[in-house]
Amino acid sequence: MTEVARTHLDALENQSIFIFREAYHAFKNIATPWSMGKDSNVLIWLARKSFFGRVPFPILHIDTTYEFPEMLEFREWATKYHNLNLIVKINTEARARGIGYETNDPVTVTHELKTVALQQALAEYKWDALITGIRRDEDPTRAKERYFSPRNAQFEWDYKDQPPEFWSQFVTTTAKGEHVRVQPLLDWTEIDVWRYIQRENIPIPKMYFARNGKRFRSLGCSPITHPIESNASTIDEIVAELEATKTTERAGRAQDHYERNAMQKLRAKGFL
Amino acid sequence: MTRPKGNLKGRSTSESESYPVSAIRSPISTPLRVVFVGHVDHGKSTLIGRILHDTGSLPEGKIEEIKKACAAEGMEFEFAFLLDALLEEQKQNVTIDTTEIPFRTARRRYAIIDAPGHKEFLKNMITGASRADAAILVIGADEGVREQSRRHGYLLSMLGIRNLIVVVNKMDLVGYSEKRFREIEQDYRKFLQQLGLNAHTFIPASASEGENVARSSMKMKWYCAANVLEALDLLEPQKSDVDLPLRFCVQDVYRFDGRRIIAGRIETGTLRVGDELIFSPANKSSVVATIERWPQVILSGVEGSRRASSTVTQRDSSTSPGMTVVAGDSIGITLAEQIFVERGYVASHQNETPVETNRFHADLFWIVREPLRIGHFYDLRLATQEVKCQIVSIEQVMDSSTLEKTSDAREQLQRNEIGRLAIQTRGPLVIDNYDRVPNLGRFVIVDDGKICGGGTIFGGVYTDRTVAKSKNIFWTEEKITARERALRTGHRGAVIWLTGLSGAGKSTIAQSLERDLFHRGMHTYVLDGDNIRHGLTSNLGFSPDDRMENIRRVSEVAKLMADAGTVVITAFISPYRMDRRRAREIALEGNAEFIEVFVDAPLEVCEARDPKNLYKKARAGEIREFTGIDAPYEAPDDPEIVVHTDQQTVDESVATILEQLLSRLRTEE
Repeated sequence: MTEVARTHLDALENQSIFIFREAYHAFKNIATPWSMGKDSNVLIWLARKSFFGRVPFPILHIDTTYEFPEMLEFREWATKYHNLNLIVKINTEARARGIGYETNDPVTVTHELKTVALQQALAEYKWDALITGIRRDEDPTRAKERYFSPRNAQFEWDYKDQPPEFWSQFVTTTAKGEHVRVQPLLDWTEIDVWRYIQRENIPIPKMYFARNGKRFRSLGCSPITHPIESNASTIDEIVAELEATKTTERAGRAQDHYERNAMQKLRAKGFL
Repeated sequence: MTRPKGNLKGRSTSESESYPVSAIRSPISTPLRVVFVGHVDHGKSTLIGRILHDTGSLPEGKIEEIKKACAAEGMEFEFAFLLDALLEEQKQNVTIDTTEIPFRTARRRYAIIDAPGHKEFLKNMITGASRADAAILVIGADEGVREQSRRHGYLLSMLGIRNLIVVVNKMDLVGYSEKRFREIEQDYRKFLQQLGLNAHTFIPASASEGENVARSSMKMKWYCAANVLEALDLLEPQKSDVDLPLRFCVQDVYRFDGRRIIAGRIETGTLRVGDELIFSPANKSSVVATIERWPQVILSGVEGSRRASSTVTQRDSSTSPGMTVVAGDSIGITLAEQIFVERGYVASHQNETPVETNRFHADLFWIVREPLRIGHFYDLRLATQEVKCQIVSIEQVMDSSTLEKTSDAREQLQRNEIGRLAIQTRGPLVIDNYDRVPNLGRFVIVDDGKICGGGTIFGGVYTDRTVAKSKNIFWTEEKITARERALRTGHRGAVIWLTGLSGAGKSTIAQSLERDLFHRGMHTYVLDGDNIRHGLTSNLGFSPDDRMENIRRVSEVAKLMADAGTVVITAFISPYRMDRRRAREIALEGNAEFIEVFVDAPLEVCEARDPKNLYKKARAGEIREFTGIDAPYEAPDDPEIVVHTDQQTVDESVATILEQLLSRLRTEE
């Protein structure tokens, strides 16, 4: 009997690295969207672990032009720190049409400035797979995801007819115009992410930590992302806070709650 | 928490909160994953909703949210809706896909995997169940054991899930009758025994009323064993893969900073710096020089816990001897010698090597509408290996629900059927028997990019690789590939291994077969006693050891010629199964097709023919250890091709061989 202890975080990390490497092998042309939020920073970290310090594919930031200034500062710093091949994509066409939070509802703006911008980037760079940081525990619709989840040319997710996935065998072929969403963090929970950030000392934006009695639990566009009441200024305090709460992570994200099933509608249309 | 309504009427809230929930929720251990399966409408989702509620695992506002959704749809609230959060599902009142939901008890954390009960959603059930450590199979007390109850039980056994709790739900609908419960228990136990499973927990319960879920029922005092949560807490995680033989499956080889890092996952066993590894199928060995990590990490010896250093270095590797990585770890290593390794290779320790073959037997479940067809080329994926394969025969078909077996010759396997098959791959495949190393004993069949079925392997024969262990040979990676050679010649190299008694007709058939292939413009050559015994093996006699060495040399020569692109036909008695198994492994190492042809004729027929008067001499005692007389002949159990020379002419025998041979020699389509 071999006695080698592996923690839950080790198991999650191992599984994520396995998925990264499968994706890197299976697809010719991949990229990772990066929101600079805590999950996507964990994703970058895991990519570096998978490939021994480097990120061997481009990193995409969909810039809605409604980014918090602190986030843009972080983007600049982290790009250098991780030595990333960063691509910034803005849906300039939609902004030119006047699409914005000042004039439109959050679902429309999110769709135009995030999903459509992503579609534009995919058309331009012809990626056949995107590695995303979504987790099962974030939202009921995400709970149904696969590690490798195909999207058709219209970007739609056919959640009613998903491919089987077992014994570490995934869908790795795409038809023209299709792409696969690869989701290495699917099994992680919000607390797992925090524990891992703590263990690995992963850089994240300071906005997650409390200042003046408020902190951000989830980060998105500045007009529709609201801080929560909190005094948690360290990761331990954040974990303690999360263990006590029964509010959902994305409660501070207005686009999810604009209408019933807003998240499902956004996701079926290609939102991450 | 608001008092739940709908199906939960009549329960007191205090009971629901009485189940102890640990104050510390730190995720130290991996949660035990429990899949919920069973026939549609037997109450899986209600049971899950009940468990979540009674363990205080629901987010605030969740019930209100679902109630609002129900009101909008004009439906009565049901706890099952918690899991069926998608709009579509609420409309149809059916679970569509798998979801995973956490809860915890005093003992540990759990993750619930909900799997749907509808027949057409079998692939989702398999997706969910394949990730599970344990299963709860729900049977409605009113309807009893149904088609899906049995089918799911069968699939759980195929997926290797041994921790099974059977919950007989809806006991409230049968008046909490012990008699009814015992009937169902007996019925299903009998079914499980046919699968070789037994001694599982059966619990009478009512999820909607909360009886025997989180609290033991006062309405079923005749049942005094564990309730559902207690039974879960009593489960032990399945046997660790750490104690199985090492199987390190290569995902990729990265070349960074001029170093070659072999990346992959340890499926089973343990690996240490300094270990000598055997890579299959090449059968080349090398020593683990380093285990690579980023960023710099320190592995503290005893508990092996990892800690990132505060300063992040560009890269680091650990060469400390004794450093151990184990099953489940995604790792990268460098080797002391630069042997050729690529994705799909499997590293093991020398004393516990896997089986290398291009032909094996398996039980396969089929989950897509389009049936599995004999002769059609599929992709077979096993761990990180991918190879083209053909189904040779379907020996038996079983209905996964009734367990009824049919052994009539079948050309197809339909959806939801489980077949016992012989499978032939193009090129070598590294396998284990499923009952020995599960991770290397299971595979999927892929058609046009879609996973169509999954299989488990049995009956593979292990050989001792140390007998003919090759030295480390340095392969340059720019070598001309078998594919390039095949493109030039128009066919693949292969070894056609004829085996049979003296006088069975091996040499005659070999010459005739060669003539036919030659006329087709193929590169071909016959190896037989005439051109081998006088030179290459002239120092060998007919003792078992010498026969073995003789066959080994022939195998090596045949492999090289096949690797050079030739279709080699060997005509040797080769009486021992183990020797022929080795010949197969040697050929597969060279990436050549290996086709075993049993040239079969009864001993009396061969002896009557006696073309060289050898039988007479053996009978007279002039020759010792003559096969069939005073030395054994071990007939092949499972040859690719059999010809019966007592019933077939030479031309007919050659035709039989060609029929199966030619498609295998074709270059990739």
